[in-house]
Amino acid sequence: MRAEAALGRTGLWLGIFLLSVIVMATAADWGFAAHATIVAVVAFALMVMSALRFDPLGRAQGFFRMPEGPSLYDDDVVRWGVIATMFWGMAGFLAGLFIALQLAFPQLNFEPYLNFGRVRPLHTSAVIFAFGGNALIATSFYVVQRTCRTQLAFPGLARFVFWGYQMFIVLAASGYLLGITQSKEYAEPEWYVDLWLTIVWVSYAAVFIGTLVRRHEPHIYVANWFYLAFILTIAMLHIVNNLAVPISFLGSRSYSAFSGVQDALTQWWYGHNAVGFFLTAGFLAMMYYFVPKQAGRPVYSYRLSIIHFWSLIFLYIWAGPHHLHYTALPDWAQTLGMVFSVMLWMPSWGGMINGLMTLNGAWDKVRTDPIIRMMVMALAFYGMSTFEGPMLSIKSVNSLSHYTDWTIGHVHSGALGWNGMITFACVYFLVPRLWKRERMYSLRMINWHFWLATVGIVFYASSMWVAGITQGLMWREYGPDGYLVNSFADTVAALHPMYIMRASGGLMYLGGAIIMAYNFWMTVAGHQRDEAPMTDAPYDPDADRPIVQPTPSTVPAE
Amino acid sequence: MANRRIDKPTGTETVGHEWDGIEELNTPLPRWWLWTFYLCIIFSAGYVVAYPAWPLVEKGTEGVLGWTSRGQLADELGAADLAKVSVREALARTPIERLPEDSALMAQAVAGGRAAFKVNCSQCHGSGAAGSQLLGYPNLNDDDWLWGGDPRAIEYTLVHGIRQAGDDETRFSAMPPFAGAFEPAQLDALITHVLSLSGKAQPNPAGAQTFADNCAACHGPQGEGSRDVGAPRLNDAIWLRGSSRDDLRAQILNPKMGVMPKWEGRLDPVTIRMLTAYVHSLGGGEDFVEVAADPAVDVDAQP
Repeated sequence: MRAEAALGRTGLWLGIFLLSVIVMATAADWGFAAHATIVAVVAFALMVMSALRFDPLGRAQGFFRMPEGPSLYDDDVVRWGVIATMFWGMAGFLAGLFIALQLAFPQLNFEPYLNFGRVRPLHTSAVIFAFGGNALIATSFYVVQRTCRTQLAFPGLARFVFWGYQMFIVLAASGYLLGITQSKEYAEPEWYVDLWLTIVWVSYAAVFIGTLVRRHEPHIYVANWFYLAFILTIAMLHIVNNLAVPISFLGSRSYSAFSGVQDALTQWWYGHNAVGFFLTAGFLAMMYYFVPKQAGRPVYSYRLSIIHFWSLIFLYIWAGPHHLHYTALPDWAQTLGMVFSVMLWMPSWGGMINGLMTLNGAWDKVRTDPIIRMMVMALAFYGMSTFEGPMLSIKSVNSLSHYTDWTIGHVHSGALGWNGMITFACVYFLVPRLWKRERMYSLRMINWHFWLATVGIVFYASSMWVAGITQGLMWREYGPDGYLVNSFADTVAALHPMYIMRASGGLMYLGGAIIMAYNFWMTVAGHQRDEAPMTDAPYDPDADRPIVQPTPSTVPAE
Repeated sequence: MANRRIDKPTGTETVGHEWDGIEELNTPLPRWWLWTFYLCIIFSAGYVVAYPAWPLVEKGTEGVLGWTSRGQLADELGAADLAKVSVREALARTPIERLPEDSALMAQAVAGGRAAFKVNCSQCHGSGAAGSQLLGYPNLNDDDWLWGGDPRAIEYTLVHGIRQAGDDETRFSAMPPFAGAFEPAQLDALITHVLSLSGKAQPNPAGAQTFADNCAACHGPQGEGSRDVGAPRLNDAIWLRGSSRDDLRAQILNPKMGVMPKWEGRLDPVTIRMLTAYVHSLGGGEDFVEVAADPAVDVDAQP
């Protein structure tokens, strides 16, 4: 029976291998052939392993010291998700540091594979979809099982979701470096990679919804509303924005179904809601589970969570046109993009209030628990960037900020501050529980990570604010004669010091992540660092010197 | 719900749900949050009445303020043009030879030319007009001119461009490639001679002979160059594509020749005139030998 299963698996991989070899030989362009080669190599390796009854997953799980035997929940896929989050996070931060240095030192553009134009989407996709996406998939599988008191509906499909998603990341990332792109920001992969992601994402929705359906709780927890909104909306956005006609079914190029300003509007309807539903709704879901768990406190307000959830998802979906202020987009659409963004301010802040105020009764933990500290910092940056966003969407502000580094600063205060910090906090929460360790290897290293990341973000965001406003003002500067004062190259030269400061901020952020990777590895290996606990300064009543009470005899003179 | 309880630290009642140990408090919406949300909605409602907002069948509503982004742009550009209209008219009226006489108008022209240069010319010549030896873009700050450095010659170059197909009057010349024409020793001697013209090497009789036979026709017997054919002057310290022996060897064997777009049709005549004034003002601008009393009378463009 087992031999038959192994034979079946081998046959399946052989089929995929042969198919990809045929595609490789008949491909219309070499980029498509390169991707077929990647698929063929993976299929061949899996075929050989299946034939030899070699279990690579079991070996790897042994290497990562994953707990053996059946557990209450399906946690293997969550453990893999945490490892993938760590790995892609490091890759994405490193790519980010590299392109930040390229902007400061253009000599670092190595043509053609490692120029800015190709590494930049590699960075954005690595941090958003690989780092953030794996964090979302892993935590959603963790949270939905526990808050529904059930196991995953389709564990085999969940495994496919995880590994299929990694395949998507590899194809997307290698495609960027090979120059395969449909030139849509945050949606660069070409049609065949998009189709693959659609299959993976629909499977993900099936696993998640299936698990919700078989829950043993009367109600669905608020974190799961947010996860569900994230999964369904991303499916819709991905499918609509990537509608395209391939030039050849054996080639890597396609034409978009949209053109001109319709294409731009569709793209930014997608792009803005990738922020709204991937980086906001999805990460709010993480916040709604992990903050109350780590603080050991009830969620601040059930009513607020209902109102801010529905207002957030209703308003966010309309805000995309604010990316196209003062363009060919009709004025009425620009107006609607702006007012929906302004109205979005309070619904966004509802999540921050609910997260921060959950700490009511546990604020002392900010002093003693570096994980709580990370969560608080994440929520603070979430609040800051969701105020900045509506502000930047106001047309008169946007006329200064648009196309400048202010936008980059805004994105990174959200991405590094909110998404990064909350993900780190969740990983620190998850690793000891998933690997059945008492605690992380070192709490003091978490503290170091917290401070490096925080200072790094401050460097990053403040240098980009200064850079953006400098750039915006220099572009629009007119001399007394009525002529523009600066050439574009003048503005680039003026930003050089800011670009170096930005890169140093990125280096600190990466440094924090390296400490985290070490901490993670030592925890998994079963070590605990012998270190002084993170505690308050001890209270010594004898050391108190109360103020001297005035004696009643000193009556003021009349 | 059965499991409602009062949470001790906050004194608030829970809703009674519980998931994996997480409860929820029944705190009412914070008033400041709710009222700020309402205010944002009221602001938005007012804004969509004032500005173009609602898509209808034919087009969107126009808003009671009548604002459009195209209208705003047209107003701002119109105001800026109005401020410059007298200067532009004066520039259009004044022949280029007469421009240096009117220092106020000249200063206006230079200011406009500086702005136009940053948008149109700095990509090759650099924002400081220093050019690039590596890429063969001439430095415009010095007094070494390939095609002439008085205002009329500069304007002619700007209008017709350099080596532009489709313009019969474009500045045009071509240096033949000498690859395979010389023995290695002969080539070395030639390079030495060219360098000796500006005192960078000792005189070399063999090289001088080769130069006289092959190069002097365009570059002149002493290497003084020729502006008629844009042949660079070789007996000064200014080099278009570098002064090393390797640079010279490459340029003799397979000469690179630069091109410049013709700006006629891309820029209006007044802007071209302002660019002329700006380039002329950079430091190397040459005077006319004579300026006739009557502006209609031709003047000699070459010094």
